[in-house]
Amino acid sequence: MWSFFHKFGSPPWLYALSGVILRWLLPVTLLALLVGMVWGLLFTSPDFRQGNSYRIIYIHVPAAVVAMAGYYLMALAGAINLIWRMKMADVAMKAAAPVGAAFTFIALFTGAVWGKPTWGTWWVWDARITSMLILFFLYLGVLALYEAFENKEAAGKACAVLSLVGMVNIPIIYKSVDWWYSLHQSASIKFTGDSTIDSSMLYPLLLMIASFYALFTCCLLLNMRTELLQRESRTQWVRRLVSAAGNN
Amino acid sequence: MSAPGIWQFCSRLLRRQLLLAVRRPIDIANPLLFFAMVVALFPLGLGPEPEKLAGFAPGVLWITALLSHLLTSDSVFRSDFDDGSLEQLLLAPQPLYLSALAYIGAHWLTTGLLLAVVSPLFALMLNLPVAALGVLVASLLLGTAVLSLLGAIGAALTVGLKRGGMLISLLILPLYMPVLIFGSAAVQAAVSGNPTGPYLAILGALLCLAIALAPLAAAAGLRISIDA
Amino acid sequence: MYFDSVHALLTMDGHGVYVWSAYLVTITVIATTLLVPRYRRKRLLQRLTAEFKRTKGVHGANTREQN
Repeated sequence: MWSFFHKFGSPPWLYALSGVILRWLLPVTLLALLVGMVWGLLFTSPDFRQGNSYRIIYIHVPAAVVAMAGYYLMALAGAINLIWRMKMADVAMKAAAPVGAAFTFIALFTGAVWGKPTWGTWWVWDARITSMLILFFLYLGVLALYEAFENKEAAGKACAVLSLVGMVNIPIIYKSVDWWYSLHQSASIKFTGDSTIDSSMLYPLLLMIASFYALFTCCLLLNMRTELLQRESRTQWVRRLVSAAGNN
Repeated sequence: MSAPGIWQFCSRLLRRQLLLAVRRPIDIANPLLFFAMVVALFPLGLGPEPEKLAGFAPGVLWITALLSHLLTSDSVFRSDFDDGSLEQLLLAPQPLYLSALAYIGAHWLTTGLLLAVVSPLFALMLNLPVAALGVLVASLLLGTAVLSLLGAIGAALTVGLKRGGMLISLLILPLYMPVLIFGSAAVQAAVSGNPTGPYLAILGALLCLAIALAPLAAAAGLRISIDA
Repeated sequence: MYFDSVHALLTMDGHGVYVWSAYLVTITVIATTLLVPRYRRKRLLQRLTAEFKRTKGVHGANTREQN
């Protein structure tokens, strides 16, 4: 069993495995995304209160879920690198950061755009959007810290510590922002008005959440492959790969 | 001569840091002056009407205290990193957790504590009701301790970088936000006559969590920065 | 299909601007996140191919099996 786990520490094995996975995962993900979006946009009836703008839920909620999960993945990968000095975990952490930041941006943008027809303002400081904004800052902090270090091994370890600190703080931040919003809530604006979500709306949402998870995985693997090639560019296996590719 | 015990070592470290800080009184006065001037900016920007100022006062005082703290957070480890004594600390047998805690304690005693003590003066300038002053000081005492602990994490991670500068702010401001939320809510509650115990209790809980975990992260950060 | 015509689909009773801009920005960001690493990998492979062609005669020099 452990030999299987040890294989994950081998760059050429990981490179080959990610290639195999991507070959089928990428088309499946794109198909699922297309089906989910078309389903949500065209084949569900609009929300009785919010009208057609609620269709944004099919990208806002999946993006937010994956953004949060991506941060935990990044922190976990960093921790594995710190504790067991597994370089491949460092590669995973570095690959996850920009992808997670991109998804957080999607969540923020779609959340803001959703706010305009619903409440009339481009930005609403409600609990969820504010928590997403803070998560975005946490991602940017990790990205900035990585760039600031010249020694990339130290950069990886420092970002691991930072993302672990962020991981511990995320529940605290989330709960305190939630509480802060309920304290200052004057009008009866309930963003979580989707208390009972109809099953016809639920299924496309679940499909979109699953396909966003798959999408995150695809982006992560793509980034990891490039990072692996970059780090290992002086080795024999990369040389063989390049000459094989060159001969095609 | 046997090596000093752990507590002896740390209290000596604490005393050393305090002595070093006291020898440069301008470094202690800087954050307080910053606090004073930024507090003065708000009436200039918002207008001098007493009611409006009083409405904003809890938030303004807390945000200003937070920003003053942010400015000094970089200096916790920097001077000792620059002259190499931090590297020696890493080689010492005493646990780095407690040494980091000593540095942070000295930092809080020369910034946060003083901010909290001085804040009632500026609170009165912003027309904060007198009943809220005690809660203001209490929330600042607890809150700035948490801020010192969190700031040390950022300081430890960036101490080796040549152009740390704004980076530390980007790293620790998201962590500061829950402290701000509960600190200003405590003062706000005191102003409106609501019970303030729960908010202070939450600040205390945050402090306990920070004392337990932040020095660990700071120690890890110091090792990484020095090994780099 | 909920909408009767393409026009209804585009305007969505006035909410069309918001829904479509959200979806389009999302698709753009997703495409960017997928394409940038592939592009970078291609460029890296090109650069490495050129470099290895140049140092072809130096067999076995500064290479190792694995890091």
